[in-house]
Amino acid sequence: MSSQPYELVKDKGLDEGVARLTPEKIAKVVGAVLESEGGARLKAYVDTCAHCGLCAEACHFFHSHDRDPRYAPVAKVKQTLWGILDKGGAVSPDYIARASRVAYTECNLCKRCAMYCPFGIDIAYVVGLMRRICHKLGVTPQYIQDTAHSHSATMNQMWVKDDEWIDSLMWQEAEARDEVADLRIPLEKHGAEIMYSVIGPEPKFRTQLIYQAAVIMHAAGVDWTMPATPGWDNSDMAMYSGDYEIMGRLKRSHFECAQRLGVKRIVMGECGHAFRSVHDVGNRWLGWRDEPVPVIHAVQFYHELITSGKIMIAKKFQEPVTFHDPCNIARGMGLHEMGREVARALCEEVVEMTPNREHNYCCSAGGGVINCGPPFRNTRVHGNKVKAEQLAATGVKTVIAPCHNCHGGLEDIIHHYKLDMKLKFLGDLIYECMEKPWN
Amino acid sequence: MNALYNFVSGPLVWIALALFAGGSAWRLWSLVQLSKKKDIYVHEYFSWPHALRSILHWIVPFANESTRKNPALTVVAFVFHLFLLALPLFVIGHVAMLDKALGLSWPTLPEGLADAMSFVVVGACVYFLARRLTVPEVKFVTSASDFVILALAAAPFVTGILAYHQIGGAQFMTILHMLSGEAMLVAIPFSRLSHMLYAPLTRAYIGSEFGAVRHARDW
Ligand code: SF4
Ligand code: SF4
Ligand code: SF4
Repeated sequence: MSSQPYELVKDKGLDEGVARLTPEKIAKVVGAVLESEGGARLKAYVDTCAHCGLCAEACHFFHSHDRDPRYAPVAKVKQTLWGILDKGGAVSPDYIARASRVAYTECNLCKRCAMYCPFGIDIAYVVGLMRRICHKLGVTPQYIQDTAHSHSATMNQMWVKDDEWIDSLMWQEAEARDEVADLRIPLEKHGAEIMYSVIGPEPKFRTQLIYQAAVIMHAAGVDWTMPATPGWDNSDMAMYSGDYEIMGRLKRSHFECAQRLGVKRIVMGECGHAFRSVHDVGNRWLGWRDEPVPVIHAVQFYHELITSGKIMIAKKFQEPVTFHDPCNIARGMGLHEMGREVARALCEEVVEMTPNREHNYCCSAGGGVINCGPPFRNTRVHGNKVKAEQLAATGVKTVIAPCHNCHGGLEDIIHHYKLDMKLKFLGDLIYECMEKPWN
Repeated sequence: MNALYNFVSGPLVWIALALFAGGSAWRLWSLVQLSKKKDIYVHEYFSWPHALRSILHWIVPFANESTRKNPALTVVAFVFHLFLLALPLFVIGHVAMLDKALGLSWPTLPEGLADAMSFVVVGACVYFLARRLTVPEVKFVTSASDFVILALAAAPFVTGILAYHQIGGAQFMTILHMLSGEAMLVAIPFSRLSHMLYAPLTRAYIGSEFGAVRHARDW
């Protein structure tokens, strides 16, 4: 409970950032951010919140810490922006030390709490604004800051060099050609129907996903391409570190890449946060009401391929599975039913977790928390005991999660709570179960 | 005492009403202006059908997950808000005063019922107070202003009951009753009681975001 002492997890980026702070600097930055970005929403939220605590019920951190009030969504506001607003920005570096940890590592910005507050107060927005202040103060967790640097320097998350990117694609094409003799990963094909975009970690760590995507595209006879230039990466950790200037550059380069290729639409790989960035956040920062080139998520694309019969399912996955709703595409885009339909088309039995769909608990990796790196692994894993319980209660051994971040987060939870489960992307299952006309 | 009575039941009522109406209009207007300047998304993504759908799911008790999870609080909160709004409008004393001043009148609540409803409102305030003091997640975010607001809301009803039952001097209690009512009225636009004004707006906004942009439910 709240009587437990709170220990600040050590982090180079945060600690050194805080050490450089002075009260004057804090006041100046807070003033500037609130003046330029803290508008009507912040005002309405702060003036409307009845301090009723109903949002507590929403948060996996709160439940996982046996209802410790410090982890209630409204308490996160109290420990971050409230204090700052109450004191007109006159808070100490120590206050920022705690507030930055709350904002970056104890909230996944999953927006579940917005569904439990009678006024619809969007606490994720308030926490995001706190991160913005932290970013401007130079108090950002080391790992996510590294990622933001990589975005800034290379326009991708993983410091993948331009030639390495092309190499990775050619390598996957060569690999896949052992299986499908005439398979291509079309690079820079102007006027293709679809530009396929992925997140930085795909070429870096999960290259087989690009292989699988190519096989799926090939089987479905899709007119597609991948870009050979920066802009191929749709991911966006700057959005989560509060560096909206870089976020804007990233989204611009992603969309400009598609426009340069003259494609009709962008299909994204299975990632949640990147979808949020193109659909909900980055586009707005740039002043685009909607995406300048239509973007669909892999779940929508797979659904299209399966229902139109472009991909035939040869055999269903025999074991029962469960389906994790990634918040950014379920609560963020309403793709929960579609995701299930794809899962049901591929698997004999889909066992539901409860709660689910829009009400699903986040994997606790989201909102950039996993990108804050190893120092905060326990924050995440301990903060999501409820997810482990939810997973265990299904009794199945396979979890489908159509989101990269969710994979990272769930993997850690499965490992920590010793669940006997493995994770799959929808793409893994399609590749495994589809009819391969060349066989 | 009579002069004071005449003042609080006459000019002060009008001053309070004017501050309430003017203050509320000003708060709402300035919020909308601010949002046009700094939160243009609010307007860009505003969607009437989704806003109304969201409001509907939140003014009907148990039509959303959150109220289902807290049945006791839900019942108390709904009854509290309903009575809090209905009593001042339909209590016989108020309608009679209005009739005398402006010649306007409408049906009123039987006195006994109004009295019982006032007790319910006060009971609800006691419940909220107890909740603030005992539920950890509520206690953690409670500050002095929360108690002040609760007291402001309870005072007109406590004094109304006392005045009706002639406890503590009928005229004195009536004066206190009117003063506290006027204080609450003025406090609505100028304190966190303004959630009365803002709630439909914040709800409509999140309903639009969830419905029109995120294609998901928010209840
Ligand atoms: S983690 Fe999700 S539910 Fe918890 S406070 Fe953050 S946005 Fe709200
Ligand atoms: S549920 Fe809403 S009003 Fe209540 S404490 Fe949470 S944010 Fe504030
Ligand atoms: S990683 Fe997945 S579950 Fe977690 S916030 Fe993102 S989409 Fe949600």
